[in-house]
Amino acid sequence: MDYSAIFSYMYTETALIGVMVAAFLYDLIAGKKGRRFFHPFVCTLMLLFIAGTIVPYHRESAEIFGGMYVYNPVFGIVKSILATGTLIVFLQADSWLRREDTEFKRGEFYVLTLSTLIGMDFMISAGHFMMFFIGMELASVPMACLVAFDKYRNNSAEAGAKYILSALFASGLMLYGISFLYGTTGTLYFDDMTAKMEGSPLQILAMVFFFSGLGFKISLVPFHLWTADTYQGAPTSVTSYLSVISKGAAAFTLMAILVKVFAPMVQYWQMLLYIIIILSITIANIFAIRQKDLKRFLAFSSISQAGYIMLAVISGTPYGMTSLIFYVLVYMVANLAAFGVISAVEQNSGGKVCMDDWNGLYRTNPKLALTMTLALFSLAGIPPFAGFFSKFFIFAAAFEQGFHVLVFIALINTVISLYYYLLVVKAMFINKSDSPIASFRSDCSTRIGLALCLAGVLVLGIASSVYDGINMFTFGL
Amino acid sequence: MEYTILILLLPFLSFILIGLLGTRLKPAAAGAFGTIVTGIVAILSYWTAFSYFGAGRDASGVFPTLIPWNTVWLPFNGSLHIDLGILLDPISVMMLIVISTVSLMVHIYSFGYMKGERGFQRYYAFLSLFTMSMLGLVLATNIFQMYIFWELVGVSSYLLIGFYYTKKEAIAASKKAFIVTRFADLGFLIGILIYGFYTGTFSFTPDAPALGAAKALLPLALGLMFIGGAGKSAMFPLHIWLPDAMEGPTPVSALIHAATMVVAGVYLVARMFPLFIGYAPEVLHVTAYVGAFTALYAAVVACVQSDIKRVLAFSTISQIGFMIVALGVCTSADPHEGGLGYMASMFHLFTHAMFKALLFLGAGCIIHAVHSNEMSAMGGLRKYMPVTHITFLVACLAIAGIWPLSGFFSKDEILAACFDFSPVMGWVMTFIAGLTAFYMFRLYWCIFWGKENTELHAEHRPHEAPLTMTIPLIFLAVVTLFAGWIPFGEFISSNGQAYHIHIDWNVATVSLCVAAAGIALATWMYMREDRKVADGLATKFSGLHKAAYHRFYIDEIYQFITHRIIFACISTPVAWFDRHVVDGFFNMLATVTGKVSWGIRRMQSGYVQRYGIWFLGGALGLTVILLLI
Repeated sequence: MDYSAIFSYMYTETALIGVMVAAFLYDLIAGKKGRRFFHPFVCTLMLLFIAGTIVPYHRESAEIFGGMYVYNPVFGIVKSILATGTLIVFLQADSWLRREDTEFKRGEFYVLTLSTLIGMDFMISAGHFMMFFIGMELASVPMACLVAFDKYRNNSAEAGAKYILSALFASGLMLYGISFLYGTTGTLYFDDMTAKMEGSPLQILAMVFFFSGLGFKISLVPFHLWTADTYQGAPTSVTSYLSVISKGAAAFTLMAILVKVFAPMVQYWQMLLYIIIILSITIANIFAIRQKDLKRFLAFSSISQAGYIMLAVISGTPYGMTSLIFYVLVYMVANLAAFGVISAVEQNSGGKVCMDDWNGLYRTNPKLALTMTLALFSLAGIPPFAGFFSKFFIFAAAFEQGFHVLVFIALINTVISLYYYLLVVKAMFINKSDSPIASFRSDCSTRIGLALCLAGVLVLGIASSVYDGINMFTFGL
Repeated sequence: MEYTILILLLPFLSFILIGLLGTRLKPAAAGAFGTIVTGIVAILSYWTAFSYFGAGRDASGVFPTLIPWNTVWLPFNGSLHIDLGILLDPISVMMLIVISTVSLMVHIYSFGYMKGERGFQRYYAFLSLFTMSMLGLVLATNIFQMYIFWELVGVSSYLLIGFYYTKKEAIAASKKAFIVTRFADLGFLIGILIYGFYTGTFSFTPDAPALGAAKALLPLALGLMFIGGAGKSAMFPLHIWLPDAMEGPTPVSALIHAATMVVAGVYLVARMFPLFIGYAPEVLHVTAYVGAFTALYAAVVACVQSDIKRVLAFSTISQIGFMIVALGVCTSADPHEGGLGYMASMFHLFTHAMFKALLFLGAGCIIHAVHSNEMSAMGGLRKYMPVTHITFLVACLAIAGIWPLSGFFSKDEILAACFDFSPVMGWVMTFIAGLTAFYMFRLYWCIFWGKENTELHAEHRPHEAPLTMTIPLIFLAVVTLFAGWIPFGEFISSNGQAYHIHIDWNVATVSLCVAAAGIALATWMYMREDRKVADGLATKFSGLHKAAYHRFYIDEIYQFITHRIIFACISTPVAWFDRHVVDGFFNMLATVTGKVSWGIRRMQSGYVQRYGIWFLGGALGLTVILLLI
């Protein structure tokens, strides 16, 4: 066995493990003075990591470890996007982590977050269901710790408990499905399985169970019920990580596995997605309209966004995959911007995350209000912001494959979503308040994070080279 | 020549910088910054022109078309994509010179004219935006990029017309300009889409075999594009916005509504000329008739207006009519056999930009001095404003077409091209040239000679404009004096080959005589203090005079059509439909959504064990559905 493959093909994961270990050691060794540079240290490492891995080293895909691990340039792109998102989360989490009650466990936050990221990377690159499952669990278990990070706060502890219980349930069901697959095909290698898929009832049951496990991660209806409670209870930075990185990785993996392994059963999973998309978008929208808590509101918004992401999956074409990755990227910057603003306001106003508390925010904090507005516009898909283009591409991808009615339903739902996104904008700009949130200046790290997101919202849609760059490597049915 | 991208980037940066800093910048600093940037752009443009024409012709005897910078911005499929880039060919380089020169002059001039105005910085930011957009329009490598900048030009024009946003007329005028041109641009856009769809490219020069079946639809596409051009270039009946656009600051009128933006339509037709002449000559001739009628109509109206800027506005419409006619009368791409008009049109565009900018800037000085646009407030100003007087006279002689000023040469070429096409067209255009001489000299005598409004002038003594305003006048006057001697055909001609301009003395003599007659008539009627003849004629033909003064009631017809027909018969029912049916549908959607959300709220109970049931139930339910189908 030639172990040089670890470095030549598995370089992303290897480097990421290096970053994680470095963060862990720094946490152990650094004295009181050194801890002040902990945050810059981790962010610099992440930046170097992203810079080093953003361009795929190999143009052709390859299998190592006997097909357990698959290298593909498009996987590399997705991993870089996820790493960038993680960096932005780190930037925005700094002011929260500096608080007295969390200061001493900063190291844990970094290490746990990075280990979930490593898990997702392995999950994406898996070529075997066992590998895939281990990656997914590696992403799940530390995530529960992160959700319960403020464990002395009841909300956070409750959220953690709900998350781990739901995750266990989902994993169990998924494992059950995978065992059926093994039983009917006699293998767990993706490549060997495809030929033996014939769409027997047991395989359909297995596929739905497998799907439900990832559907839990992506929070699709009806596997979404944990989302609102967990998002609301978890620390805001963890919520933003959960809503973007975890979801994006799972969505991409789902598409890769559906088009690769379940290709012969295409009519079944397209039907499945058809139902799920309508349910997710509509039910999430209906719930989102009533929410007053902004984090809970964004939880439902993220469920409906997940439904839109599935529109790209359902097409199953390379074009669909490109639009999926692009959508995840655009959704990431917009959602991280929204959560970044919420986090900044929360830290500086003593935890105000209710929509009514935000009345008149524009008068006291115009820049934050504007950032939030642009992020929401992008989420709603208003031109010329990036969200318009990403929505356009996924609609086009689904339309191209003949899902006309589905696209029409999704379009009607964007109208509804516009309504609730604008409710927040209305609160900030139009509603008057006797005791608005006082004017404050957020810290440098948060501002860098927000600026990155904002640049993404404004530029990504217009800079066609990003889209073209992704489009070079994608694959489909 | 990659540096040409700076020609676009610099004004854009200047717009961003001045616009963002706003009042944090001192007015003088904003002005100086904008002017310096435009100066650099002008130098770059001259250098580009020098090196482009200096590089000489290629083996086939034409100046090569260069694309020094290009990026594929939005690909649709293999052949159809929207590019953003820079295209250099003789006409775009010529336009570069025109735009940067006039823009620089206007930047300098505005220092004096806009001094002390509120929003000085905003004004310069908009000027930069306009300069960028206009340069982008002429440098576009494809029709879609041209359209993007075309709209940007429209926006900046809208912003500048409405610069005095507290003034009701200015707001109305800016809206009118925007709506009318947007309406026309709809035609342009549809034309572009038809063109792109059937030819499979947005390029100006599609390969002949690729055209294939698209040939039959090219006349339609080109005709629709011309509607867009007619809107921007104020061709009848879409001209109604231009006279009102004079509500903007006068330097803006000089830059946008005389020299650059309004000739965009001419430029568009010239740009598409190979396609027009190759596949849709009959559409081209239609443009000639539209142009001729517009020229005649505007010239007649200009004869009786009393607001000096309106006279100049109608004169601009009329002169653009000349340029369109010149393009429209072309019957082949060979300048020796019916393709002369192309060169003549571009030549006239060039000279007209210079002397019309001069006229507007001169008018600005006069308005600055007497604080009124009305001729009745003027008269006898030659004593007070010698520089303005002389430069204005130079411009008047040029536009009237008197040898050896620039207007003579370009107009002579146009008339020669018209006579080649048909004698009727030639004589009509010659007559309009005579009218031009008449109304311009009416203007000249009424402003600088004639009866002085002593009452007003005693109260407020008119004075010569400051140096920042007179220097651009002098510069443009010098250009106007000598631009006619440029061997224009050596640079630009319909097929790209060198064309040696020779003056057709038959035509020239006639046009000179007609111009002289026009001037003589104006002198006889308006030079003296009492204007017995003119007033007598006005009362004798009072109906005609009144109709012309009211621009033949075209605005009223528009008013009638929009208010009585479109608003009453179409908009009101549509509004009703929108209010009751469309809104009703969405209200219903909202009510249903609200009801449903109340109904299913139990799903989100908060009990994790119930979540598990939903989870499992959902998975099993989905399996059953899939198995049943």
